[in-house]
Amino acid sequence: MPVINYDNSVIHIKDLRKSFGSLVVLNGIDLDVFEGENVVVLGRSGTGKSVLIKIISGLLKPDDGIVNILGSDINELSAKQWNWLRLRIGFSFQSSALYDSMTIRENLEFPLIRNKRNLSRTEINISVEEVLEDVGLLQAINQMPAELSGGQRKRIGIARTLILKPEIMLYDEPTAGLDPITSMEINNLINRVQEKFNTSAIVITHDLTCARSTGNRLAMLLDGKFLIQGSFEEVFAHPDARVESFYNYNFTADEAKYKTHNL
Amino acid sequence: MNSNDAGSKPAKKYLISRGVDGFFTNTYSVYKFIARFFKEAFTPPYESSEIMRQCFEVGYKSLPLISLTGFITGIVFTKQSRPSLATFGASSWLPSLISIAVIRALAPLVTALITAGKVGSNMGAELGSMKVTEQIDAMEVSASNPFKFLVVSRVLSITLMQPILMMYSAFVGMMGSFINIYANEKTSFRAFFENAFTTISFLDIFSSVFKSLLYGFTIGITGCYQGYHAQNGTQGVGKAANSAVVVSMFLIFIEEMIVVQFVNAIR
Ligand SMILES: Nc1ncnc2c1ncn2[C@@H]1O[C@H](COP(=O)(O)OP(=O)(O)O)[C@@H](O)[C@H]1O
Ligand SMILES: [Mg+2]
Repeated sequence: MPVINYDNSVIHIKDLRKSFGSLVVLNGIDLDVFEGENVVVLGRSGTGKSVLIKIISGLLKPDDGIVNILGSDINELSAKQWNWLRLRIGFSFQSSALYDSMTIRENLEFPLIRNKRNLSRTEINISVEEVLEDVGLLQAINQMPAELSGGQRKRIGIARTLILKPEIMLYDEPTAGLDPITSMEINNLINRVQEKFNTSAIVITHDLTCARSTGNRLAMLLDGKFLIQGSFEEVFAHPDARVESFYNYNFTADEAKYKTHNL
Repeated sequence: MNSNDAGSKPAKKYLISRGVDGFFTNTYSVYKFIARFFKEAFTPPYESSEIMRQCFEVGYKSLPLISLTGFITGIVFTKQSRPSLATFGASSWLPSLISIAVIRALAPLVTALITAGKVGSNMGAELGSMKVTEQIDAMEVSASNPFKFLVVSRVLSITLMQPILMMYSAFVGMMGSFINIYANEKTSFRAFFENAFTTISFLDIFSSVFKSLLYGFTIGITGCYQGYHAQNGTQGVGKAANSAVVVSMFLIFIEEMIVVQFVNAIR
């Protein structure tokens, strides 16, 4: 079981706001992620889930609010300090974002070579093989990204972040577009990463199986803020009709949803 | 303009102000892009192996086409000029005329247009697809400095390769011309080149090399800028590749005009 330290908040967000022109996306986000904890962020498409983690990783700038990561206020970081912080944050993209002109080995080496320029060839090889074994894809080392399946690419994407030994992981819809069995493998991998590397994580998803199996805590994003945070049961006990429909469309055997019927 | 005016033509006013706005924000972002290039190009660590790889790519991609166009330009220009010179009884000046045309104007320009089409569009498309598939973001979040790896190496390599390709193109063009002149006037190789170089000064060669550096830099910055700022999925990739070519060709002609003015003033 993961050890969660509720005295240490590795991501502390207070009243975060972000708009694009007249489109208000995040409208007062409050969130704490504690050391060793996986927090699942739920929400419909276009509610700003990706924007939230892009702000945490510095790809987008917040308009207003406090964002404190591993003790640093991101509004006060210089470019150099940002780079240093980014080495401690892993980002798994929804599209996997593998470098498609490079082999799997080169994909994994890339962040390592460019950040730790004094590593020897042997040390690099050992690191690459280690993370590939962690995600169970050592055999793919010399393949190109285009030759892999969606689930395999996802795992390589995660491996590429693990190679820098991050303290925080950000997963953007890790199971989107994958079949249920592959999804479960990814969920297990997320949990294994949490235990082995002792990472804290934000997992963005609208897949409730993923939410239930990876999240120590869930947060439901609605209208630019978190409507409720808590356990799976607590979140889905919320009286708001939109929370209920979010649940229903994932799970219930609603007759109307079936095209085939038992005659 | 009073508020009544603004009320009656809101759409037009909006369009114009947006155009003006767009121009200034774009100019500023291009300026920032170029400033960042110079800042990162001269701070270690240097991307020497990536630069070498890109130089090879630039040469490899454009060499066949440059050979062909250079050669044909030399032959065609020679054929077209012969009758006019003959009417003045100045056929023996054909090599000098060709070398002036090729070395001063044609080689730098033709080479730049070819690399803009082959290499510039490729940069726009390559970086554009990396941008829209979040590969550039992935480099950014792993602190891998994509700007240095992707942009600095490409801009440097095409800037360095452009003068080399230009000289090669000039040589091939002169060879094309020689073959045509040899076939018609039976001028020897030595006589041809002696005549060709009597009118060429150091300033000519220097200004052609300078122009090529400038064109290479223009193509590199334009292609990378378009790709690096691509948006809206696959459609944006096509647009980036296309603007890379159109914008850099446009800029090359403007630069040509300015440089020629300058050089003629010095001469
Ligand atoms: N860079 C951007 N520029 C303009 N609008 C953006 C940008 N990024 C996201 N948006 C908009 O913000 C909203 C939330 O996007 P996103 O966070 O990607 O949603 P999701 O919750 O599905 O991940 C969307 O309406 C999107 O169009
Ligand atoms: Mg998203």
